[in-house]
Amino acid sequence: MTLLSLSHIAKTFDNGVEAVGGVTLSVREGEFLSLVGPSGCGKSTVLRIVAGLLKPDAGAVEFPQGRPEIGFVFQEPTLMPWARVHANARLPLDLKHAPDAGARAAAALARVGLSGFERAFPRELSGGMKMRVSIARALAAGPKLLLMDEPFAALDEITRQALNDDLLKLAREDGITVIFVTHSVYESAYLSDRVVVMTQRPGRVAAQMALAPPSTRDAQYRLTPQFAQSAGRISAAMADAARVAA
Amino acid sequence: MNALRIVIPLALGVAAIALWQFLVRHYGVAEYLLPAPSAIWPGFTESFAELMSALWTTLQVTWLAFFFAFAGAMLLAIVFNLSRTVEMALFPYAVVLQVTPMVSIAPLILIWVGYERVEAAAVLIATIVAFFPILSNATLGLRAADANLNDLFRLHGASRWQRLVRLQLPAALPYILSGVKVAGGLALIGAIVAEFVAGSGTATGLGWVITETGRNLQIAKMFAALALLSAVGVANFYLLTFVEWLLLHRWHESAIKTQN
Repeated sequence: MTLLSLSHIAKTFDNGVEAVGGVTLSVREGEFLSLVGPSGCGKSTVLRIVAGLLKPDAGAVEFPQGRPEIGFVFQEPTLMPWARVHANARLPLDLKHAPDAGARAAAALARVGLSGFERAFPRELSGGMKMRVSIARALAAGPKLLLMDEPFAALDEITRQALNDDLLKLAREDGITVIFVTHSVYESAYLSDRVVVMTQRPGRVAAQMALAPPSTRDAQYRLTPQFAQSAGRISAAMADAARVAA
Repeated sequence: MNALRIVIPLALGVAAIALWQFLVRHYGVAEYLLPAPSAIWPGFTESFAELMSALWTTLQVTWLAFFFAFAGAMLLAIVFNLSRTVEMALFPYAVVLQVTPMVSIAPLILIWVGYERVEAAAVLIATIVAFFPILSNATLGLRAADANLNDLFRLHGASRWQRLVRLQLPAALPYILSGVKVAGGLALIGAIVAEFVAGSGTATGLGWVITETGRNLQIAKMFAALALLSAVGVANFYLLTFVEWLLLHRWHESAIKTQN
């Protein structure tokens, strides 16, 4: 079932920068889709258009089954520094006056491994923990679609891998569709069911590829020829896209 | 280190007062020019009741003006934030009011309010002086919220009120508080300026005590009033700094750093 379809999305900013030059893409319910491409290729712009935070100049964004609850995770943790962890996690629920906001936020924090940190302030947490709060906040409202804009780019490799695994597990448990923007070939190869490679600005879809599903996604998977092959295909497609643009 | 921070300036103060005492006595300076510290104390105790009542008047004027300035400036800053048109229309006039020296407008305000109500005029003058730093800082602060947080609020369908209360006001708090600290000092200056300008009438605050003692060459009493005035200024400043610390120290970097 198609959750989302984009047709010929284009966006030029007021300063004349043509960010997105006609992106057509459909996203299936429950899939983990990565959007990869060089910096400044309009990946984030596509994500913000999907979220409804930006209006495209041309093209259409359609949700055939109706607009789902959307969660958004930014590159920065983007927490309210004046609010404790639990108040941050329950923000989306509070904004819509959900009656059980406290319990649902606490449950979401427990799922990302932050039980016991509810009363901490963001500045007391490490970068990885802040990102976990940001994910808990996105999950607390029970999204069907999770949009993630290079969420782990600023983290060290070990933290990033731990968060990759937790994200996969949580998304699968809840049956969440994820659109994940990254410029890391390995991260996209590890996480994705499908990878969409974009060209340089103005961003267009250069290639799409389904990755063969591994039996398990864990540390062992990174050592398999299958993983290396997936990463190789993505790399090659990105190199091709760069050549076309140049 | 912390102890030295208190001990060093205190020692300097004591030394300066001792030197002052010595020089005045040694050279026999006339008391109506510069009284020795030992002569100021009687000036203080002899007029204790009068000084305390003047102090109380000045405090009332200062705090009332501070309260009006805070409430008015916050309200106007929020209106500016809600309507760019109102901000464009009014902000230049707020600047005009700010850059025109208050001493020069004070006589006019006194005439309008009336010399028989100097305190009311003083409250008005002090309010105008204290208004601008809160207005400009709050206006700036209300625009300072993180852009991504703003997007998050939009994504989750926050109302204008929710965005103001849950995002913009907390984000503006550090800005507002630094404006408030400046305004606290200015409110006191405004209160004194009003009484200086009035010169007579029904004024009974510390500003009036200073004018009167100057005319009568009661310099010891004048020094006592001056000392009280700086004590009030210092107390106000530390009170507001403490409030700032209370509100910010848990989460804001500036407050965390200034703790040392």
